[in-house]
Amino acid sequence: MSAPDVLLDVRELRKVYRTPAVLGRGGSEFVAVEGASFTVRRGETFGLIGESGSGKTTVGRMLLRLLDATSGYVEFDGYEVLRLAGPRLRDLRQRMQIVFQDSGSAFNPRLPVGEQVAFPMRKFRLHPESEIKSRVVDLLEHVGLWADQAQRYPHEFSGGQRQRLGIARALAAQPDFVVLDEPTSALDVSVQGQILNLLCDLQDERGLTLILISHNLAVIQHMCDHAAVMHEGHVVETGSVDELFGAPRSDITRQLLDAVLEPTAPAG
Amino acid sequence: MMQEPLLAVEGLRTHFSTEHGIVKAVDGVDFTIERGGILGMVGESGSGKSVTGLSILRLLESRNATIAGGRVLFDGEDLLTKSAKEMREIRGRRISMVFQNAMTALDPFFRVGDQLVELIRLHQRVDRRTARAKALEALELVRIPEPGRRLSSYPHQLSGGQRQRVIIALALACGPDLLIADEPTTALDATVQKQIIDLLLEVNRELGTAILMITHDFGVVAHTCRTVAVMYAGRIVEAGDVRRVLETPEHPYTLGLMRAVPRVKSGGRRRSDRLHQISGSPPVRMADAEGCAFAPRCPEAVQRCSTAEPPRIGFDAGHSVLCHQRLPITEAGRVSA
Repeated sequence: MSAPDVLLDVRELRKVYRTPAVLGRGGSEFVAVEGASFTVRRGETFGLIGESGSGKTTVGRMLLRLLDATSGYVEFDGYEVLRLAGPRLRDLRQRMQIVFQDSGSAFNPRLPVGEQVAFPMRKFRLHPESEIKSRVVDLLEHVGLWADQAQRYPHEFSGGQRQRLGIARALAAQPDFVVLDEPTSALDVSVQGQILNLLCDLQDERGLTLILISHNLAVIQHMCDHAAVMHEGHVVETGSVDELFGAPRSDITRQLLDAVLEPTAPAG
Repeated sequence: MMQEPLLAVEGLRTHFSTEHGIVKAVDGVDFTIERGGILGMVGESGSGKSVTGLSILRLLESRNATIAGGRVLFDGEDLLTKSAKEMREIRGRRISMVFQNAMTALDPFFRVGDQLVELIRLHQRVDRRTARAKALEALELVRIPEPGRRLSSYPHQLSGGQRQRVIIALALACGPDLLIADEPTTALDATVQKQIIDLLLEVNRELGTAILMITHDFGVVAHTCRTVAVMYAGRIVEAGDVRRVLETPEHPYTLGLMRAVPRVKSGGRRRSDRLHQISGSPPVRMADAEGCAFAPRCPEAVQRCSTAEPPRIGFDAGHSVLCHQRLPITEAGRVSA
């Protein structure tokens, strides 16, 4: 059992990809995540930091059972996530949601977006059918879109609006935990601020616990309480964001911090 | 005595014809780059910064795009009046370009060395052996480890950072006077980005290659350029000394952006200070658009902003903004790096 304020407890999570032996040549192994451990407290925003290929997205997907872990232990609110099956797993899927980096490709291009935001409501039987339409409209308006946009198709939205749609669809399931995988990396700076503010507001209103996956240290610094730094599949450092950024213990963290180009630093 | 600038772009206009009408992707852009200078051109997606770079090299004209006006004076000669053949002589040799996506800019079927040799022999009358020696030099210049071995590598065998170094080697192989770097580090990890930027700065310092640095990232601009031009909807809305523009911006757009960017080293943390928000998203400038393109998103906009063309207002030391709501201090200076 974990401490009561811990919502998510991840221990020694591991993911190994094996390529099969072909024509007499032996298969090989690739370790994507090697023994990742960290805990996420209820109501906080936890950052997963790292460069491309460091394993942060793989961790995020394993937590939600979108990807099978090779081994390890994940406890979410007392449930042993990696062992759940059937209705229990379905309950968990309702409580744990994800927002992808490119919400454009995460939506079906041939369905009106309103239908897609309604999908989790229907799937988890959260509201009677008669209410669904108005619930979708409420949700769209809540994330800064308009009611009449429910009839439109994904390509009719800008990048920032699509990210709002992704957030609306995740919230439609009424989750208490959301993984945000690079939610603003594809957005223009002027739009990034809107989305980050929206996420903060929603978290405050709904008491959400968030995992924010990002390579952007400034975004992590702004949003997160605690964070883990990943490098080549390993968690090299965890701690409060103040500690990590103020007094990094790992060389990897230090290198990441050194590489940040602040917009006000003196020119060359 | 003022030397003639290497590049002087005057009133450049590039239009695209689309099914919705004419889009003014570049709508009257003026700037100059001195020999050995670096100008940062920064803007969001669709602001016209890449189209400006492509227009200088005349790489757009086949695709429903027309250069509708202006002059591009390179070494005193207007590139817009050059023949296709003359442009081919200039591209790669006098002006070259580095693109964002190194994977698509390299040919996956040819070894790195062969791609370099081909380019060198296209522009210089040298035999294969000399070209190969020059190719090796080019790889050494961009600090690729084991350059001799890398000549026979295929692009997929290189890391993202190394591929970008090869692209830069290709761009520098013929010793151009001007390098147009279009988002050269956007696809790279932060630690690699810093190495590539340092490399470009070294090239600038040691070879005197002038650079037009096109980027959406103010951090990149702050670390590479002395002069910056901020683009919005096809126009330079603010320009001047980097430090002045980034630290005390005058245009409401630049001001909003600088307040909207979260920072690592600011100390003050998270929601307690909400991020500044600019509402809406960057627009596309249609031919019949009137007034200031930023007006619909501008917190300071008044009625004339959406009806009348904004004037260019000059401040100290070449700092200028395109805005109705700023008081003129000096006559508008030209952007110059």
